[in-house]
Parts: sequence; C-alpha cells; structure tokens
Amino acid sequence: MKEYFVKYMLMAFALSSLFFLFLIFIFILFEGLPLFHKAGLKHIILGSKWAPTKGSFGIFPMIISSFLVTFGALIIGGPMGLSCAIYLSEYSGKRMKMFLKPALELLAGIPSVVYGFLGVVYIVPLVRDYFGGPGFSLLSTSLILGVMILPTVISISFDALMSVPKTYREGSLAMGATKWQTIYKVVVPSAKSGILASFILGMGRAIGETMAVIMVAGNALRTPLSILDPLRTLTSNIALELAYASGDHRLGLFSTGVVLLIIIMILNYIANFGIKKGS
Amino acid sequence: MKAKITVKDLEVFFDKNQVLRGINLSINKNMITGIMGPAGSGKSTFISILNKMLEFEDNVTIKGNVYIDGVDIINSDVDQVELRRKVGTVFAVPIPLPRSVFENIAYGPRLKGIKDRDELFTIVKESLEKAFLWDEMKDRLNTSALKLSGGQQQRLCLARTLALKPEIILLDEPCSGLDPISTAKIEDALSDLKKEYTIILVSNNTKQIARITDYSAFFYMGNLIEYGPTEKVFTYPANKKTEDYISGKFG
Ligand SMILES: Nc1ncnc2c1ncn2[C@@H]1O[C@H](COP(=O)(O)OP(=O)(O)O)[C@@H](O)[C@H]1O
Ligand SMILES: [Mg+2]
Repeated sequence: MKEYFVKYMLMAFALSSLFFLFLIFIFILFEGLPLFHKAGLKHIILGSKWAPTKGSFGIFPMIISSFLVTFGALIIGGPMGLSCAIYLSEYSGKRMKMFLKPALELLAGIPSVVYGFLGVVYIVPLVRDYFGGPGFSLLSTSLILGVMILPTVISISFDALMSVPKTYREGSLAMGATKWQTIYKVVVPSAKSGILASFILGMGRAIGETMAVIMVAGNALRTPLSILDPLRTLTSNIALELAYASGDHRLGLFSTGVVLLIIIMILNYIANFGIKKGS
Repeated sequence: MKAKITVKDLEVFFDKNQVLRGINLSINKNMITGIMGPAGSGKSTFISILNKMLEFEDNVTIKGNVYIDGVDIINSDVDQVELRRKVGTVFAVPIPLPRSVFENIAYGPRLKGIKDRDELFTIVKESLEKAFLWDEMKDRLNTSALKLSGGQQQRLCLARTLALKPEIILLDEPCSGLDPISTAKIEDALSDLKKEYTIILVSNNTKQIARITDYSAFFYMGNLIEYGPTEKVFTYPANKKTEDYISGKFG
C-alpha cells in the first residue's frame, strides 16, 4: 500500500515536470510562430536588419553571433577542459582528485553575473589595450564563455575517461607504450563519444548564456567582421528588449526564442546521439 | 641450464599489508615455469613485479632484488618501456584494444617506430602463426578484435605480445575464462614457444601446470612453499601443504 503511494507520488512529480517543459515549449511556439507567418521565414532568419518597431525583424547577425561566441567558447574551453580532465583522471592522485572535483563544482556554481563582472573589469580593458577596438567584443565574450563552460566540459569528459576500463590501459602499457602514448592512442579514443558530448553540452551552455554575454559583448546590431567587433547574440536580444517590447516587437523576440530553442534542441540531440553511440 | 630471472628475498607490501614474504627462486630459459596457489596468495603481484606494472599503484613498497639477465630491475634505473618490450604479458581476461585484429598486433611494433606496411604485415603474420591463430584470422585481419570469440581473443593477446619480440612471456591465468578446446590451443602454442622464450604461466588449474610446465612453484599466503621440477613437485612434494593443494584438498 505504502509502496504504491510512493510510486504514484513520484510518477506524478515526474510527469508534472515533463508537463511544464512541454508547456514552455508550446508557449514559445505559440507566441513565436505567428510572426514567421506574417513576416516570412526568410525575412526573419536571413534578414540582416533588426528594427522591430519599423517592421524589420532580421535576426541573421544574431544567429551568426550566437554561433561565433559558441565556437569561440569551444575553441578556448574545449582543449583547456579536456587537458584538465585528462590530468584529473590519468595523472592526479586520489587526494588531488578529492580536492579538485569539488573545486570544479564550485566553479559551476558561480552566478554568471560574476563572470560578466570580472569580464567587464579585467578582460574588456585588457582586450582593448592589447588588441584595440572597443574591448566589448567577440574575443572577450569567447574568453568569458570559454571559462564558463569548463565545468561542463571537464566533468563530463572526466567521467568518460574514468569509464575507460583499466584493462585497456594495462594492455597498452604492457605492450611497451608510455603513459602518454597510452592516453592519446587508447584512452582518449575510447572515450571520444563522451568527450564529444561534453563539448556539445558545453556549446549548449555557451549558446544559452545571457547575463555575462550582455555585459561583455557590446550588443551592437550588426554582423561582426573581426574578433574585436562587438556583437549581439540571440539570448541578449531577448533579454535586452523584452522589458519594453509590445505588439510585433514582442512577437519578434519570441521568434528569436523559437530559433534559439531549435538550435539548442539540435545540439542536445547530437550530444545524446554521441553518448548513445559510444556506450 | 641458465637462469634468466633470479629473485632474492622479494617482499611486497600494500600499505602495511605484506603480500609477498621473502621469495627466492631462479627461473630458467627455454622452459615453462608454472606458478600455482590459491587466490590471494600473491601470484599476480609476483607477475607484476617482473613487468614493473606494480609501480603504477601508489601504495606499494618493494624490497629485495629481481635480476633479469643479471640486471636488478628493482633497484637499478631500468627503462620501463624497454623492460615491457622484453617482458611481455598476457592477462587473465583477454583485453584486445577496440581496433582491428591487424592493428591490435601492429600496436606494439608501431610504438617501436616500425612504419613500413610490409614489415608490419610480416610481423603480424608471424605472430599469429606462433599463436596458432593465423589460419582463423588470415581473412579477418580487418575485423574488429572485439568481435572474436573469447579463445580467439586470448590467442590474439598472445600474438600481440609475441609481436613485441620479447624474451620472457608472462601469462596470468590466461585460460581461466576459456573452454577446454581453446585452452588446449593455448597450451599447444606455449609448448611450441618455449624453444624460443622463457615462459611463466600462472594457473589455478593444477592439471594444466602438471601437463605443460617444466618447473613449478607453489605460492601460499605470500610464501613460496615449494619449487622444483614439475615432475618432482607433483610426485614427491616436499611440503604437506603442496600435497594437499595438488590433491585438491583446498584451493
Ligand atoms: N592494488 C592493491 N592494493 C592493495 N592490496 C592488493 C592490491 N593488489 C593485490 N592486493 C592484495 O594482495 C594479495 C595478493 O593478491 P594477488 O597477487 O592478486 O593474488 P593472486 O593473484 O594469487 O590471487 C591479496 O590479498 C590482495 O588483496
Ligand atoms: Mg591473480
């Protein structure tokens, strides 16, 4: 009797959380799709002019910007995170692991506004002084996002590396491979789908990040032509304008949300596919 | 008769737990030396002293001397990679790398820097022949090694070890998960290989030790209880413990 109660109770919670997710999805589609109908898919996706109060809803520069900062984050955070995961799983002793893992989780818990703040205070002036431009730029944003995705990349890659059987390592070492040869010829290839998944989930984190990006990206309404140009991402666009938008302007922001949602869903799908294929 | 390996007063501790308690023995060239004993008696630990794999554990203490060709591998500064090419190991569970049959065997030679495809092919072929596996594999060199049967995988691991051109081959319970037919094939291969190599075979199966080894050692709780020509160990064991173990009274 009690068992049943617990079971159905848990099921109700599980289903309701799914239901809320579904509700959010429907809500965004419901609000976002009408404008696609009214202004045209091509006008929105490929249009380069965003002037929603004057009937221009082009978000092409923002789509490009979102992709650019995401890849920028990956270029910086990917190799760094993977190196860190390799160090943690292959080289560090038990005590070091016990210290570094929680430290990493702490890093994941820092609010994004703090990253943004550090970015404005240190990274932006540094980029301005050493490379030129306004400092609020693709480069600064990529640097900040690169650090922000580290916990995701490290912890998922770490799990993937740790799940490579010890016997693979022994087999390789017994055949006269050095430790490093064993790592890059056997351990990393065996964990590659998990590592790939960590990169993609890191990208998902980067593309969805808003607060820190608004603070360091400069939010200019055009396609950046160099890494020192300011830019505006999809998420920033929504967050910056939603407070005062009304009518078609508001709908335009929801359309931005629809595009973002679809991109994130695709990324998650690829990540899950990667994890499944590896196991 | 020439000693290839000489062990003097070997002691091994994991933290404070003593696992080998003063082992002394000499292992001959071109012979199969069997090591038997109940689980936990230190056989695998002994094997991983010889290939220096034990040094990856961070809580071990090793005392004593182990000479291979007169060089003390414990106390002198030997290159681990060089040593593992000279002392090949086949583990209990066959663990091919997730690659093709060919690549599994070519892995060691490639690490040595051999790149020439023909040369690699020759090594792969010879190694498979010596492991009695060539006939089964000659048309399947590009299939994934993970798709082979357990017995084939274990012979693949033997071939992979042979490809390193070692002088000593260590086998730690190589037949524990295999059926009698696969076991027989491994035994045939080993009997053939002793002409060229020094072979150490750890096995829980006393019949197997009696069948194919020339010398045998009996380990019990970290002590070397008995060591001598297999025939003598099995017919006139000097120690009562050995007799009990061989006749299956415990193990
Ligand atoms: N890495 C290790 N850390 C601590 N104790 C170990 C380790 N490896 C083996 N031992 C202990 O050493 C003893 C001998 O183990 P082992 O050499 O594997 O025995 P066998 O191969 O004869 O079954 C066992 O009591 C085992 O628990
Ligand atoms: Mg063992």
